[in-house]
Amino acid sequence: MNKPVLEVNHLSTHFFTDRGEIPAVDDVSFAIHEKEVLGIVGESGCGKSVTSLSVMGLVPNPPGKIVAGEILFRQQKAGNEVDEDLVKISKKRLRRIRGNQIAMIFQEPMTSLDPLFTIGFQIIEAVKLHRKVTKKQARQIAVDKLKLVGIPRPDEVVDEYPHQLSGGMRQRVMIAIAMSCDPEVLIADEPTTALDVTIQAQILELMKKLNKEKGTAIMMITHDLGVVAEMCDRVAVMYAGKIVEQGTVRTILKDPKHPYTRGLIRSLPKMHERDKRLYSIPGNVPKPGSIQNGCRFAPRCGDVFDRCLKENPELLPLNEGHHCRCFLYEKEGATVHAETVARS
Amino acid sequence: MISYTIRRILMLIPVLIGMSLITFSIIHLIPGNPAQTILGEQATPQAIEQLEEQLGLNEPYFVQYGNYMMGLAQGDLGTSLRTKGEISSEIWPFLAATIELTIFAMVFAIIVGVNAGIISAWKQNSIFDYASMLIALVGVSMPIFWLGLMEQWIFAQELGWLPAFGRGNPRDPVETVTHFYLVDSMINGRPDQIWTSFKHLILPGVALGTIPMAIIARMTRSSMLEVLRSDYIRTIEAKGARDLSVVYRHGFKNAVIPVLTVVGLQTGTLLGGAILTETIFSWPGVGRYVYEAIGNRDYPVIQSGIIVIATMFVFINLIVDLLYSYIDPRIKY
Repeated sequence: MNKPVLEVNHLSTHFFTDRGEIPAVDDVSFAIHEKEVLGIVGESGCGKSVTSLSVMGLVPNPPGKIVAGEILFRQQKAGNEVDEDLVKISKKRLRRIRGNQIAMIFQEPMTSLDPLFTIGFQIIEAVKLHRKVTKKQARQIAVDKLKLVGIPRPDEVVDEYPHQLSGGMRQRVMIAIAMSCDPEVLIADEPTTALDVTIQAQILELMKKLNKEKGTAIMMITHDLGVVAEMCDRVAVMYAGKIVEQGTVRTILKDPKHPYTRGLIRSLPKMHERDKRLYSIPGNVPKPGSIQNGCRFAPRCGDVFDRCLKENPELLPLNEGHHCRCFLYEKEGATVHAETVARS
Repeated sequence: MISYTIRRILMLIPVLIGMSLITFSIIHLIPGNPAQTILGEQATPQAIEQLEEQLGLNEPYFVQYGNYMMGLAQGDLGTSLRTKGEISSEIWPFLAATIELTIFAMVFAIIVGVNAGIISAWKQNSIFDYASMLIALVGVSMPIFWLGLMEQWIFAQELGWLPAFGRGNPRDPVETVTHFYLVDSMINGRPDQIWTSFKHLILPGVALGTIPMAIIARMTRSSMLEVLRSDYIRTIEAKGARDLSVVYRHGFKNAVIPVLTVVGLQTGTLLGGAILTETIFSWPGVGRYVYEAIGNRDYPVIQSGIIVIATMFVFINLIVDLLYSYIDPRIKY
C-alpha cells in the first residue's frame, strides 16, 4: 500500500454549548493513502461532517474546537517528506494548504456558490489565492477546469452566474473549484445527497475519473452504502462520534463484524427479498451530550452484555487492516461467541 | 440593464404627476386666501379680487393645476409671494446647503455604520460587538436636538475645536458658483475655505448622521450575521481565502441589499426633514426655507419645496433600485 498523505490520530472535536460540552468527534483515527478513496459512513449526527471540517480547519469556532489529536499532512519540503500537523500550524499556513493541497466540496450545491459572482470569478479566485497567474492564464485555467468536470460550453458558463445552472452543474462547478489547484486530497462531504439519482451517478463517475486520472486521494463522507460500494477502497464506519469499524470496502460490505455495521448492511433493501419488511436498527442515535459510560451502541445492540454497559471498547485489530470496536471480538473465545450470535 | 433603466425612468412620470397632484391639492385645501395674505388684513375685497384674477386664483382648479404643471415642465416653480422672486433660482442655495449636509451626514453614517455592523457580525459577541451595538442603540434613541446641543457645548463651547453655527466664516464669504461650499472653494482655489467649510459641516453632519448611522449599523450586522452563516461563505473559506476577503468582498456584497434600502430611505428623509438640525446649527437649508414659508403662508414656496424634496426622494429610490439589479444578477425585472 502507498504511504498515507493524510493521517488523523486521536482527533477529538468538541462543541461547547449551553447544554454542556458535546463530543461530536471523539478519538477518531484514520489515514488516507495516495490515490485512495476512503469512505466515512454513518448516520446523520455521527460526526462525519465535523471530522471533515476539522481536517479543513473550518469547524465553526465558537462553539466548536479541536480539543485533542493531530492531523498530519504529508508535505514535500526540499525533496524530503515532512509531516505537518494541521492542528498546530498557524492560520496563515493552514490557509495556504486549504483549497490548494486539500480541497473540499459540500453537500448543498444549490447554496454553496456565491450568487453574486460569476462561475469564472469563483474558480479564478481559488486559483489566484495559491498560484501566481495572469488574468488570461487564470481564465484559461477556469475554462479548462470546467471542461475537466464535464460542463458543456465552458467558454460561456465561465461568465454565467450560479442561478443560471442546475444543481448537478453547480456541483460540477464546486468540483472544478476544488480541483482548481490540483489538490492531493479532496474531501467530499455528501456530494451527491442533494442530487437526483441520475445526476448522482454522473457526479460519482466524475469523481472516480478524477481519482484515477489525477491521482487525487478522496475522503468520501456519506451515509449511502451504495456510494461506498461504488467509490471507495477503504471504509470507516462512524457511530456517535467514534469509529466503530474500519477496513477495506470488501470486508466491510461482505463480512461486517461490528453489530452496528451488520445492522446497517442488513437494513439495505435487497433485490430478491421484495415482500419482507425492511430491517431497521431498533432505537435512535444517542442525543449528543447524553452519552454515558460503556459502548455507545450498547442501548441499541442486539448482542449487548454486561461489560458493554460499563466499559468502553477499544478499536481492535481483527485481520490485516480490519479494525472493530466491540468486546465480542476481544478474545478468541469471544469471537466464537460472536459467530454463534451472528448465525442465530 | 439599459432597457430596464429606461423603463424605470419612464415609470417615474406617472409617479411624479401623482405626487404633484397630491401636493397641489393639499396646498389648495389649506384654509386661508393667498391674495388676502399678500395684501394684508386691511385689503378691500375689490383689491383681493383683482389680485386673485392677476394670479389666476379664480380659475377652475384643474386649469390652475394645468398652468402650474406647464410652468413646472419649463423649470418654473412660480414666484414667492413674500420676496416676489423666482422660486427656482431662490431655492437653489438652500437646496445646495441641504444636499451638501446630507451627503456629508450619509457618508459619515455609511462609513461608520457599515464598518461597525460588519465587524460586530464578524466578531459576534465580542466586546466590540456589544460596544458598537450599545452605541447604535443610544444613537437611534437620542433626540437629535439634544445631541446637537451637546456637540455644540463640548466641541464648540468647551473645546473650541469646531464652529457651532452656519456654513462658513461670514467675514470671509465663499464666492458662490454651485452653492456647494466645498466645491465652490475648490473651484476658487481656496484651500483655507475648503477647510473652513469642512469644519462647519462636521457638527451638524454628525448630528444628522447619527440616527442613520445607528440604523445602518444594526441592519448591516443582522444582514451580515445571516450571510456569514451561509454555505457559500464556507466554500470561500475552504478555498483558503483571507478573512478580510471573505467578510468584505463576499460577505458584505451579499449583505448589502437591505442596507442599501435603509440608506436610500434615510437619505430621502434627511433631504426633507432636517429642520431640527438646520435650526440648531443655523444651517440655511431647504427644511428651514420651507418652514419659514409655512409661517409666512407663502404657498408657492411651500408647494415647490415639497415637490423638489419629493422628486429627489423618488430619484434616490430609483438609484437604489438600479443598484439592486447591478449588485445582484438574480434581480431582473
